[in-house]
Amino acid sequence: MMIDPIAVFVLLLGAATPILFAALGELVVERAGVLNLGVEGMMIGGALAGFAAAHATGSPALGFVAAAFAGVALSMIFAFLSLYLLSNQVATGLALTLFGLGLTAMFGKPYEGVKAPAMMAGPLGLNLMIWLGLAMVPVVWWALTRTRPGLILRAVGENHDAAHALGYPVRRVRLGAIAFGGAMAGMGGAYISIATVLQWTEGMTAGAGWIALAIVVFAQWNPWGVLAGAWLFGGVTVLQLRLQAAGVAVPVQLLSMAPYLATILVLVLISARQKFGRSAGGAAPGSLGRPFHALR
Amino acid sequence: MKRRTLLGSAAALVAAMAAPAFGQDEKLKIGFIYVGPVGDGGWTYQHDLARQAVEKEFGDKVETTFIESVPEGADAERALTQLALAGNKMIFATSFGFMDATLNVAKKFPDIKFEHATGYKRAENVATYDARFYEGRAVIGTIAGRMTKSNKIGYIGSFPIPEVVQGINSAYIHAKKVNPNVEMKVVWVYSWFDPAKEADAAAALIAEGVDVFMQHTDSTAPLAKAQEAGALGFGQASDMTSFAPSPRISSIVDNWSPYYIKRVGQVLDGTWKSEATWAGIGDGEVVIGDITEAVPAEVKAEAETLRDKIAKGEYHPFTGPLKKQDGSDWLAEGATATDEELSGMNFYVEGITAPMPQ
Repeated sequence: MMIDPIAVFVLLLGAATPILFAALGELVVERAGVLNLGVEGMMIGGALAGFAAAHATGSPALGFVAAAFAGVALSMIFAFLSLYLLSNQVATGLALTLFGLGLTAMFGKPYEGVKAPAMMAGPLGLNLMIWLGLAMVPVVWWALTRTRPGLILRAVGENHDAAHALGYPVRRVRLGAIAFGGAMAGMGGAYISIATVLQWTEGMTAGAGWIALAIVVFAQWNPWGVLAGAWLFGGVTVLQLRLQAAGVAVPVQLLSMAPYLATILVLVLISARQKFGRSAGGAAPGSLGRPFHALR
Repeated sequence: MKRRTLLGSAAALVAAMAAPAFGQDEKLKIGFIYVGPVGDGGWTYQHDLARQAVEKEFGDKVETTFIESVPEGADAERALTQLALAGNKMIFATSFGFMDATLNVAKKFPDIKFEHATGYKRAENVATYDARFYEGRAVIGTIAGRMTKSNKIGYIGSFPIPEVVQGINSAYIHAKKVNPNVEMKVVWVYSWFDPAKEADAAAALIAEGVDVFMQHTDSTAPLAKAQEAGALGFGQASDMTSFAPSPRISSIVDNWSPYYIKRVGQVLDGTWKSEATWAGIGDGEVVIGDITEAVPAEVKAEAETLRDKIAKGEYHPFTGPLKKQDGSDWLAEGATATDEELSGMNFYVEGITAPMPQ
């Protein structure tokens, strides 16, 4: 049975959008040298805040704005603990995820069974958030590689001691990056509640934040790679469901495994390249995950 | 705290020497583990309603606790052990995937009574209970067969286990009975609760031309998708009335309260025994939710007649002649499926073209 490839691509774009937002945000955070494992928590926070605001105002656009703010608010907890109190980033990020899931479960009760307003339509039958997500890819790429603030951000991520010695405000740069990551994760989460599922349900992000983290590694910290990764992960989900609906026997478990296998394969290739001397270092930022404390 | 424990044990010691039956006055502590959040609006929500019904029925004779969103697998064993160590004397494990974990923990705590939903492995202190969901599927399958305009109906499955396969077969058989041209599309999401994936599955079915679908997953996401696309669906596990009168045109409600109250009562009066219970529409455990005005009156009447016939035991949803998907004979004219056959059902009936996952 034939499946219309354009129809599958349209569904793919929708399925890829939440993880694209979250992964682009996390990419900027990691390029600044911070590993924030709280993506899932910030996404679920955005999913609830966005849904609540969209429901209250009837405007999905305001919903996404509220979701961005909720994501920033949650990310600031992480920023304060990890940048100023020098807590372990891995543990703090995990705590943020658990905190977000619990907090939204509590405050989300009144929104269960409530319906979302209609999504903002955009050109070609795709909603505006899909377009915004796609537009963010070149924007992030350009900002990181072609602008001075982007250069400073990367310097902070590669070697925070050197950046500090040059007089760059390491903590403030990281604070900004974490806030950006929070806003993007929040909007990604809100896409799930407002556009995909059209309602609020506890725990509804169901691991999307973890997929976003995997995509950043898969993409080797490159925005275009993030786009490819989001399409790969989103595409596999959509394609296997479509094939099943069309009555094709698909090995669902194998297909679901494919993106993760691809991630592992990329990691193996990178380390093989390093071992055989064709590349000086991996693409991971040099100071990733290391706490910064200015001694002088 | 320490002093209280000390006093408590001293009192228990004295009591044990004076009167062995002293413990009777204590509250019966009952634990529950749920596979989803209590706010899922479906499966887990219904189990929690039954837990509340138990509290209401027995008042201060019982004390209940629950652990929600417990993943099936190693975590379930941990959660069950935690409940056992916390002094619960009766534990309800409310998902198929908790089966082996329940048996393992039950072996270590022979004094605790375990109740496992939808499983088939029992022990001295592990009973199983299930609902004949397929009876309800026959009724909503009839409605689906009558309501579809594209002659394509869909089914969102969780895992290819007998309980779910029975539902798909039952729905298809009865849709086909009222609409010989009907075709069934099946999508498995391999999760009981994943709203985003359930919504994507609904979208995939709708893109295939399906206009009425059923679900055997726990969230209301597919109904939200149906509403957006103008398709029709059914409430699953819970009534999901917030989507009535359309897209939710009826529902299958799991009503666990009578069973939970009965079993807790048996523990309280000491008559509890390990057994397998499989109750259906006739026992009030499977309830067909209100059929809304979106359904024509004659279809509604037809569905309700079928429901009442099943409830009275006059009709079995799996009555021959029926063949398996590969064309081989299954049930002869007039024969009905036995419970053993149903609880191991791993094949589709003839006419379903979707491949059975291996």
